[in-house]
Amino acid sequence: MNKPVTKLSPKDFATDQEVRWCPGCGDYAILKAVQKTLADIEARPENTVFVSGIGCSSRFPYYMATYGFHTIHGRAPAFATGIKLANPNLDVWLVTGDGDGLSIGGNHLLHVLRRNVDLQVLLFNNEIYGLTKGQYSPTSHIGTRSPSTPYGSVDAPVSPCAFALGAGARFIARGIDTGQKQLPGILARAHAHKGASFVEIFQNCIVYNDGVFNDFTEKAAAADAQLHVEHGKPMIFGKDGNKGLRLKQDRFEIEVVTIGENGVTEDDILVHDETNAALAHLLFTLPHPAFPVVLGVIYCNPAPASYESAVHAQIDAVKAERRTADLKAVLKKGRTWEVR
Amino acid sequence: MTIPQVSEGQAVMNLEKAVRHDGEMGALESVVIRFAGDSGDGMQLTGSQFTVATALEGSDLATFPDFPAEIRAPAGTTFGVSAYQINFGSSRVLTAGDAPDVLVAMNPAALKVNLGDLRESGMVVVDTGAFTDKNLKKAGYDSNPLEDDTLAKYQTLELNLSQLTLESVKDFGLSQKEALRCKNMWTLGLMLWMFDRKRQPIIEWLETKFASRPEIAKANIAALNAGHAYGETAELSGALKRYSIGKAELEPGIYRTVTGGQAVAWGLVAGAQLAGLQLFFGSYPITPASPVLHHLSGMKEFGVITFQAEDEIAAVCAAIGASYAGALGVTSSSGPGVALKGEALGLAVSTELPLVVINTQRAGPSTGLPTKTEQSDLYQALFGRNGDAPIPVLAAATPADCFDLAIEAVRIATKYMTPVILLTDGYIANAAEPWRLPDLDSLEAFPVKFTTPEEAEGFYPFRRDEKTLARNWAVPGTPGLMHRIGGIEKSYDTGHISYDPANHQRMTEVRRDKILGIANDIPLQTVSTGEEKGKLAIVGWGSTYGAIQQAVRKARVEGYDVSHIHLRHLWPLPRNLGELLSGFEQVIVPEMNTGQLVNLLRAQYLIPAEPVNKISGQPFKIAEILDVIRARLGGAQ
Repeated sequence: MNKPVTKLSPKDFATDQEVRWCPGCGDYAILKAVQKTLADIEARPENTVFVSGIGCSSRFPYYMATYGFHTIHGRAPAFATGIKLANPNLDVWLVTGDGDGLSIGGNHLLHVLRRNVDLQVLLFNNEIYGLTKGQYSPTSHIGTRSPSTPYGSVDAPVSPCAFALGAGARFIARGIDTGQKQLPGILARAHAHKGASFVEIFQNCIVYNDGVFNDFTEKAAAADAQLHVEHGKPMIFGKDGNKGLRLKQDRFEIEVVTIGENGVTEDDILVHDETNAALAHLLFTLPHPAFPVVLGVIYCNPAPASYESAVHAQIDAVKAERRTADLKAVLKKGRTWEVR
Repeated sequence: MTIPQVSEGQAVMNLEKAVRHDGEMGALESVVIRFAGDSGDGMQLTGSQFTVATALEGSDLATFPDFPAEIRAPAGTTFGVSAYQINFGSSRVLTAGDAPDVLVAMNPAALKVNLGDLRESGMVVVDTGAFTDKNLKKAGYDSNPLEDDTLAKYQTLELNLSQLTLESVKDFGLSQKEALRCKNMWTLGLMLWMFDRKRQPIIEWLETKFASRPEIAKANIAALNAGHAYGETAELSGALKRYSIGKAELEPGIYRTVTGGQAVAWGLVAGAQLAGLQLFFGSYPITPASPVLHHLSGMKEFGVITFQAEDEIAAVCAAIGASYAGALGVTSSSGPGVALKGEALGLAVSTELPLVVINTQRAGPSTGLPTKTEQSDLYQALFGRNGDAPIPVLAAATPADCFDLAIEAVRIATKYMTPVILLTDGYIANAAEPWRLPDLDSLEAFPVKFTTPEEAEGFYPFRRDEKTLARNWAVPGTPGLMHRIGGIEKSYDTGHISYDPANHQRMTEVRRDKILGIANDIPLQTVSTGEEKGKLAIVGWGSTYGAIQQAVRKARVEGYDVSHIHLRHLWPLPRNLGELLSGFEQVIVPEMNTGQLVNLLRAQYLIPAEPVNKISGQPFKIAEILDVIRARLGGAQ
């Protein structure tokens, strides 16, 4: 294999399989962003594995010209953990949805983040079950009418990013399916992070939940309803670039202020610190529409070691200490006797 | 020193089975001892140390640890009684013995629970110090069994073990509680004397175990020596007698004792070496399967990756993921856990990835009896998945057999690209037997060949070997072989998703035929004991092997025309099995379930095989099988 490594284009990461998502599905945009990301980061297809569970989002691996494993509902994190442990050199991407990742697979998502397996989790959140035809999901807002909740859902939704933070994730980011300018950059950072990276992607389900995110994704509303954070920069947003987030005096709460009003200056605006878990939690849980939806890399605070590297370091240390691995010696260890 | 009280004026114990008197010592062919006490009394340790001492003397042996699910049940209660039975002798020993010859009962509850099993005129050793009013009440005795006629038909050796132990360790400055915990070693010392076993291995073990607390080690050794010395003194006074059990005639070689849990772990490591793969073991703690996880976790120098998953499902899924990435994925559990793994096993069948699943069966359904044995997961292993999802099934007969079958499971899984289920049970997992160490160099390797980049031309993931029907195994990281697999049906010709009806039929059939074809790659079924034709075949599988084997041997000595057929391959069945069974007028299948293998045999071969069932959480006794043979063949011998 001495062929020169040629730079691959996004198209080189597309398979010849016909994409079977509904026309207009947000998944197309995410697929495009992921293929661009892999080209940007110069990923090698043979070293890249896409693992998914069950659901619309989980068909993703079939459309990536890499290795792919379409597994069972909710369990992709466990498969991905096994893959990464067996071969830590592989670059593992995990594609899941709000039902797959947070309902049936909530436990596994918790543990893959807690263990800090070095992989990227892309959670496509469309706040609905698509493949089973439109039932409400664990991220649906209260009152969601669906075939299984004709009078509206009554249970409170989970916040995926707050869940990830609680689980111990060290990289948490948020993007929008159609945000082609931002998404590849976010995904590239997720990839660069050593450890489990969690990216929630707001994804529009055009058939069962169309427009559920319109109030902050529509062009006209976006500027006032989205806050794209960057580490070390003040959290300013709005079509006039004069709104910002400020920490309330004497209370651990955030408020929206307007620069130039009531004596507020840019110096009053909170500067984003992506290593601050407490700040991250505040940003994940800001109620919309009173606050903008926070997007970008919100939390990044790498741990000293990822899980699979720690596991292999321990194995290597034992190997070095014992020097030999002799099964015959193991069998003879303890008490033996000879029959002549 | 107190002289033992011996009931009914018997000055010398006389175990009926003594076949000859050899000078001072009564020689016995075999003896069954059961140690019973509170779950905190250290009975499992006592039994397992007696086992080591016995094995080192060259006796053949089999053991049966029987303990409650509660870690520390309330002291003195009948449900907190823990027991360890050992059968040892100078002839071949295949079971832990039907009825104990000697029962050591450390308290009234232990006596109450176990006395019914003791053979008539057997010996009871009791700790009179534990027969307090409070303990008698807890055990449910209205009157003291040591004072009424409860023990009339047995020989009793009543000793205040508590007091004797306290005296023996008084110089070591232990608390009363710590000192009393040496009681099991005092008792062990006495038993070692009585059956002429050496103390030295136990002393070495105590020194290692309590290396960080030398005073505890010394006290336990003192108690052990005191129990032994007590026997010698009592013998001089004529109150106690010693017995010798000769060496068994075993095949020459190096031996050790082994439990099923150890043998499975070592067999998996050996199997992975023979396949040339890294072993990945994903598991979630569950009784009685956890020992495999514990053993493998300590074998990191072999490159073994152990993964204690968040649940049973994650354990199997991670193992399948590891296999996908080119390791040997293995998962292990007991019935309830295997039930949770069912969906993932279907994926392994559909994606045709190698995987070994160990099921250490326990009594079910649901939580059932976690520490008691049963073989009621055969249906689950054969049929417990959605869709047509055939999986080869193997079952180990004995603790040592686990080693060989773990290797066989790895061989089949990797050669045929399929999950394989290996059934053991709680009895096999915990019981110990002598094991002649295998010659590892003589084991035939079966190295796995991954698909190479040079084979990229025309590659597709479900291209099959014409002979085995196994698909090729291309692992991530290999240039030129990028592909996608999953649980959706695949095209026979390309491996891409296919909803074509004819293709689904073809794929289902090829998955079936691949597994059925394994019948050509496993040994023909043989008869363990007896003729290949005749009046009656007793067909068994799993841990009933010993009881059936002994029963059939005895019946044949009595003149009955009966044979023993033991199955290790339960799916696919050996290809000559149908013909073999048709040579018998009657086929009886004893199982620790309500009749699972028997139904399989009836369905496969249309023969009127009949069940004999025991579902009490206890292994079959030899006598129970023997009675069936006698009843069935009547005076026909």
